[in-house]
Amino acid sequence: MQWDIVIGLEIHVQLATKSKIFSGSSTAFGAEPNTQASAVDLAMPGTLPVPNEQAFRDAVMFGLAVNAEIGRRSVFERKNYFYPDLPKGYQTTQLAEPIVGPGHVDIELADGSSKRIRIHHAHLEEDAGKSLHEDFHGMSGIDLNRAGTPLIEVVTEPDMRSAEEAVAFAKKLHSLVTSLGICDGDMSQGSMRFDVNISLRPKGQDAYGTRTETKNLNSFRFMEQAIHHEVERQMDILESGGTIIQETRLYNGDRNESRSMRSKEEANDYRYFPCPDLLPVVLDEDYIESVRQRMPELPDARRARFKAQYGLNDYDASLLSADTSLANLFESTASHGKDAKLAANWILGEFSARLNSEEKKVAEAPVSGEHLGALVLRIADNTLSSSGAKKVFEALWSGEGHSVDAIIDAQGLKQVSDTGALEQIVDDVLAGMADQIAQYREADEKKRKKLMGGFMGPLMKASKGQGNPKLFTEILQRKLEG
Amino acid sequence: MAISRDDIEKVALLARIQVDDAQAAALEQDLGNILSLVDQLQAADTTGVEPMAHPLDAVQRLRPDEVTEGNQRERFQAIAPATEDGLYLVPKVIE
Amino acid sequence: MHDKTVSELARDLAEGKVSSVELTRHFLNRIQQEDSRYNSFITLCEEQALADAEAADQLRARGEATPWTGIPFAHKDIFCTDGIRTTCGSRMLENFVPPYNATVTDNFRQAGAVCLGKTNMDEFAMGSSNESSYFGAVTNPWGENRVPGGSSGGSAAAVAARLVPAATATDTGGSIRQPAALCGITGLKPTYGRVSRYGMIAFASSLDQGGTMARTAEDNALMLNVMAGFDPKDSTSIDRPVPDYTASLNQPLQGLRIGLPKEYFSDQLDPAMAAQIQAAVKEYEKLGATVKDISLPNANLAIAAYYVIAPAEASANLSRFDGVRYGYRCDNPKDLMDLYTRTRAEGFGAEVKRRILVGSYALSAGYYDAYYRKAQQVRRLIQQDFINAFKEVDLIMSPTSPSPAFVRGEKTTDPVTMYLEDIFTIAVNLAGLPAMSVPAGFVNGLPVGLQIIGDYFAEARLLNAAHQFQQVTDWHLRSPV
Repeated sequence: MQWDIVIGLEIHVQLATKSKIFSGSSTAFGAEPNTQASAVDLAMPGTLPVPNEQAFRDAVMFGLAVNAEIGRRSVFERKNYFYPDLPKGYQTTQLAEPIVGPGHVDIELADGSSKRIRIHHAHLEEDAGKSLHEDFHGMSGIDLNRAGTPLIEVVTEPDMRSAEEAVAFAKKLHSLVTSLGICDGDMSQGSMRFDVNISLRPKGQDAYGTRTETKNLNSFRFMEQAIHHEVERQMDILESGGTIIQETRLYNGDRNESRSMRSKEEANDYRYFPCPDLLPVVLDEDYIESVRQRMPELPDARRARFKAQYGLNDYDASLLSADTSLANLFESTASHGKDAKLAANWILGEFSARLNSEEKKVAEAPVSGEHLGALVLRIADNTLSSSGAKKVFEALWSGEGHSVDAIIDAQGLKQVSDTGALEQIVDDVLAGMADQIAQYREADEKKRKKLMGGFMGPLMKASKGQGNPKLFTEILQRKLEG
Repeated sequence: MAISRDDIEKVALLARIQVDDAQAAALEQDLGNILSLVDQLQAADTTGVEPMAHPLDAVQRLRPDEVTEGNQRERFQAIAPATEDGLYLVPKVIE
Repeated sequence: MHDKTVSELARDLAEGKVSSVELTRHFLNRIQQEDSRYNSFITLCEEQALADAEAADQLRARGEATPWTGIPFAHKDIFCTDGIRTTCGSRMLENFVPPYNATVTDNFRQAGAVCLGKTNMDEFAMGSSNESSYFGAVTNPWGENRVPGGSSGGSAAAVAARLVPAATATDTGGSIRQPAALCGITGLKPTYGRVSRYGMIAFASSLDQGGTMARTAEDNALMLNVMAGFDPKDSTSIDRPVPDYTASLNQPLQGLRIGLPKEYFSDQLDPAMAAQIQAAVKEYEKLGATVKDISLPNANLAIAAYYVIAPAEASANLSRFDGVRYGYRCDNPKDLMDLYTRTRAEGFGAEVKRRILVGSYALSAGYYDAYYRKAQQVRRLIQQDFINAFKEVDLIMSPTSPSPAFVRGEKTTDPVTMYLEDIFTIAVNLAGLPAMSVPAGFVNGLPVGLQIIGDYFAEARLLNAAHQFQQVTDWHLRSPV
């Protein structure tokens, strides 16, 4: 049978606020266990929550970015369940009246087409702590530093029909929230976590099949693998006449296998009700407008601008605009380096390759847009050859020098472009190469090209590597043919 | 609405309270009485009435995003039943 | 000395007739000698109290004293006190020493008052007789086998027995007014949001309100001056200026309009109680007030709405007591489920468990609309009744409780019988209004309380009305000891 794959996503986006959603504790990652858990976070008796304005600002910004209705009135509810990483015994979240209503995001697919994915809603909620399972005499350890970190949970409609679409959506969302500056996007630290709802239905059928939820996928690669894995699993069951059980599954990326999380399923009755410790949050037009005014440029707009303003091709513009810090670096480089295309080439080429090989983020790179701009400038004005430019880049990266011009001077990388001086060198070198000159003159066009190299070597040597190769070639050709 | 023994057991599990047979029987009686008291509500005509959140219909104030809490782990864990290496200990969590 | 009110003690301190250390010693001695009869305290903090009293005397010597400097009082054991055990009347918190103060605790500390200890209460404030305390029942000073009311029964008994001149209390469904009535003292539950709930252990968040207990209205005013105010740590607290509640105590009551809800004066009301309340209303007429009958047509639904909303909120509020971070934990839990279910079965008493289960049931799938949502709608109807009434009258009066102090054990067999004890007080909590109970006579030698209900933020007017009544009556001066 032919099957339709139906995918919906729930994405937990950790907001990059300084303090928690309901307390003044720090949200910084990596602190010693429970050192960022206040009396409120620990649910000490009598303590009360007070919501963080920035979390609302971030959520509104997100809502505007996905073309959604903003909840003028939103209400926190209590979702009741017991778990050791949930100190109050309920999670404070939104249900009936979320901060972000229906919206949509357009994704681009490999074949160049684009598709609209609808967002059902997005709501604000608090993150839970962490259970550490290394053995404490048969016990688990609970760290509540993360408890109360603000999240927005984005819930899509079941609009995706393949792993490719789901991953494209996930990447688009990642690009969006990092561009907005509301999330650091660090998936290895759990800053974005994906739950994937998957169901199959016979091609042509309207009704959805029974779905499963695969939880907590924290990389695009695992997400893609998990979808393939789950689709195959469901297909096997359905084609052998079985039925799918609605359940939550946990995917193990290292082993490419999944299992049911039945322990979380039992007696699922969350007894939601409006949190009486919190009041409805009412945001007026002025507030929403002020957030809109302060919104940074979104990736799609930036991509269009890169093409128009800098004359970049679509591919480069899309690569650069998808990552805000890379886009910012490009703009800084282009402004210092004048030649935008050269700037784009360097950032997408040498710079990105180096980041990847060292597994660094843009922000951690030891070279700035100012550095790269200065480098591009010296390439464009012929001061540097491409090999010289690589040497300068190397020196900048390793911290051997901080000024492009100083590195050029120190390493003697300045190209000689004075035609008089170059002409003199060519004359001197050619004076000792009569045989080769004769050979060249007798050769046909094709062979001549090969023979040119035999002159360039000695020329570069005579100029101590500083002669502008382009000018050398021009002079040489003129002399040889003259 | 009457409450059954089965309801009592379900709700006791939801609330994570161990209930033995004798207690369950007593609770069935007590909760039954309480629920019939509460069932007077059903007589009220509440068509179109907005549920009440706060007596003064006040709205939420929002707090500026500032870190105001420092590390008080020592003080907080001094009153904890079981801790080790700064972690709260519980019987093994199985996912 | 222990017969004196807060304002009299403040005067004596100001005039140097007595020091705070002397006062503190006197009251601590009294508690140590007398409280075995009442069991009104769970914890005494003698050391801290004497240190605070010494500091208060030094402050006074430097000329920096305020009205509360050096005045002994007690906190209901629901307000968290940094470094001093706070049990909420529960085994769950038998050894809980909070590392922080409630805002109300801070307020009294800043005012220089001297806290002598923590008073007994129904477990997690759930009860109307103080019989549900893990630390034992409290005895009403007016009758050996009589309950003091609840849940603030310890505070009420301690004030009535002259063990402290004043005590804090909380009121979710009548827990200040009913014990004040049953113990013959004066108590005030302020407008919801007037007093911070931060650090006050939650029972039902949308109903809980901290308030005052003392023998006179004037002392209640002095207490409210310290307690009332906006708290940025409590999202439900109201940002609104706090008047000096003593400033308007002496205003004449000429022209005051009093409403008597016919629903609260039905045939079912004990005639002896009714007679006392009618007599009190007559006193108000003599003071220049006019009286009319009013109606609160949805008042009969108050108990039903309350016993959905309060248990529902409580069921979630009490989920944090799980044996993980503080408080009671069962011995040798064999797994996580065992840790939870046994900790909570052993740590909570019967009434608390009943309410958690009722609340969980009311919120569970399929019942939310029929119970919780419906109750919140009914709550608005009840509020609307009061709003309509206050268009015609300034204050509403009724009995505080249907009967005077009852005998211990009399109402514990069926929880519903106990719930009906709050029949006159609960609607006020649902609406979030301020209300008082003022001593207004005796039935069979037991005190009767007059409930006075005011419009939102009308605490000053309530206190004024209560104070004027106390200028022409002496019920509040009668002592059981």
